[in-house]
Amino acid sequence: MSKFVEDRQIVVPGEVLAEGDFRLGENVYRNGNRILSTMVGLTRIDGERLSVIALHGFYMPQNDDIVIGIVNDVGLTHWVLDINAPYPGILRANETPGRPFDPTRHELLDELKIGDMVIAKVLSFDRTQDPALTLKESGLGKIKDGVVVSLTPSKIPRLIGKKGSMLNIIQQKTGCQIIVGQNGRILARCGDKTKEDLAIKIIKVIEMEAHMSGLTNRISRLVETERTKEVG
Amino acid sequence: MLSKLIDENGIRTDGRKLDELRPVKMEVGILKNANGSAYFEQGKCKILAAVYGPHEAHPRHLALPDRAIIRCRYHMAPFSVTERKNPAPSRREIELSKVIREALEPLVMCELFPRTMIDIFIEILTADGGTRCAGLTAASLALADAGIPLRGLVSACAAGKVDGKIVLDLNDKEDKEGDADVPVAFIPQMNVFSLLQMDGLMTAEDYKSALSIALQGCRKLYEMQIEALKKKYLETKVEENNQ
Repeated sequence: MSKFVEDRQIVVPGEVLAEGDFRLGENVYRNGNRILSTMVGLTRIDGERLSVIALHGFYMPQNDDIVIGIVNDVGLTHWVLDINAPYPGILRANETPGRPFDPTRHELLDELKIGDMVIAKVLSFDRTQDPALTLKESGLGKIKDGVVVSLTPSKIPRLIGKKGSMLNIIQQKTGCQIIVGQNGRILARCGDKTKEDLAIKIIKVIEMEAHMSGLTNRISRLVETERTKEVG
Repeated sequence: MLSKLIDENGIRTDGRKLDELRPVKMEVGILKNANGSAYFEQGKCKILAAVYGPHEAHPRHLALPDRAIIRCRYHMAPFSVTERKNPAPSRREIELSKVIREALEPLVMCELFPRTMIDIFIEILTADGGTRCAGLTAASLALADAGIPLRGLVSACAAGKVDGKIVLDLNDKEDKEGDADVPVAFIPQMNVFSLLQMDGLMTAEDYKSALSIALQGCRKLYEMQIEALKKKYLETKVEENNQ
C-alpha cells in the first residue's frame, strides 16, 4: 500500500492517488490496484479512506437535503422546480402545508407561480425518478423576502464549516439570517441593504477561496475590516 | 510542382523540428455561462470548447434509462479558414462530431447520472490543420472543468508523413501537401486509444513510427493539460500569498 499524494493536494481526473487496499471515498475510483481521482479537486486522506473534494461540481439530489428551487412549470396537481440539478424537482400539491389538495376546488397558481422561489426538502430520490420535494415541515415554503446567492454546490460544506462554524460566524457578524440550500443556492435575510451586500461579498469570497486553508480566520478578518469601514 | 516542406537541415516550413509540437496554450474556465469551458491554441489553431450539463435530456425520447447521453458539436466558424466557410454543418463536421463524441465516451462516467444529457460544443475559431485532435484535447479540458466525473483525460495529436519523413503535429500545409496523416487520441490512465484514423499512404513501418511519435506528442499534451487545470486554482492561491 502506497500513497502518491498528500492531504489537501490539487489533483485532476485520472491522477493516481494511491496503490493498494484503501477504502474509496467520494470522487475516486479503482482501476486494478490503483485508486484514481475523477474530479479536479483537493485530496482528503482519513486514515485508510481516500476521497477528493471537488472544486467545481453540480448538485446531485439526496434524500432529506434542503434545497432552494425556482418554479419552472405549473401542472394540474404538481409544480416542476429548477433545483440546479440534472433532474427537475417535482413538488406535488399534497406536499404543501394546509388543507388536503382538491383539484376541483383549489388552484395551484394561487400558491406558487412560475418564477417563485421556495425552500423545499427532498423527500425521495433514486435517479430512476425525478426527485420528489416537500414543503410540509417548519422552515420550508415560499421565499417572501431576502436575497438568493448562487455558489458552486461542491463548496457548500465550506460555507457551513465544521459543525456550522463558518455559517455561525457569518450570521453573527453580519446579523443576517442565512439559509443554505444544498443545491448551491443560499438565502440571506438581512432586512438592510448594507448587511445584505456584506453577506453576498463574504459568500463570493468563500467561493473563490474555498480550497485554501485558514478560510474561517480570513472571513472573520474580512468582516472586521468591512465593519471598521462602515464606522469610519 | 509542390514546394519543399522539409529543408536539408530537417527543419519544417514553420521552423519546427520533425518531432516538435507547435507552441501550445491552454486555459480553462473562460466562459461564464458554460458549466465548463476551455480555450486551446496550437500554433495557429484557436479553439473554444464549452460543456453544458448534465441536464435534463431534451428531446425526452433521447434519454437513456441507465446512463447519460453525450451530444457533441464540432463546428468551424465561417471566418476560421481563408475562404469563407458556410456555417451550416458540413458532411465533414458531422462526421468529426461523431468521432470526437466516441473518443470522449469512454472517459465520462455516464452511468452515474442516468436520463440526463451532456452537451459539448467545440468551436474552431482559426483552423490550421489538426483541429480534430486539438478540439478533442480542448473538449476533455472543458469536461474536467465542468466537474463531470471522468476516468481520466484524453489528449490527442496527429503524426504523419511529409516529404518521405515521419513528422509530429502536422499543420495545414503539411496536411494538404504531405503524404499521410494519422490523428491519434490516447487516454493514459486506461491505456486506450480512443481515436485512431489514417488518411493517405504509408508503409507498415512508417505507420508504426508515426504512431509512436504521436503517442509521445499526446503524452506531452497530457502534462500540459494537467498543468492548465491546476493553474486555475493555484493562481488564486498565489494572489492570496502576495497580499
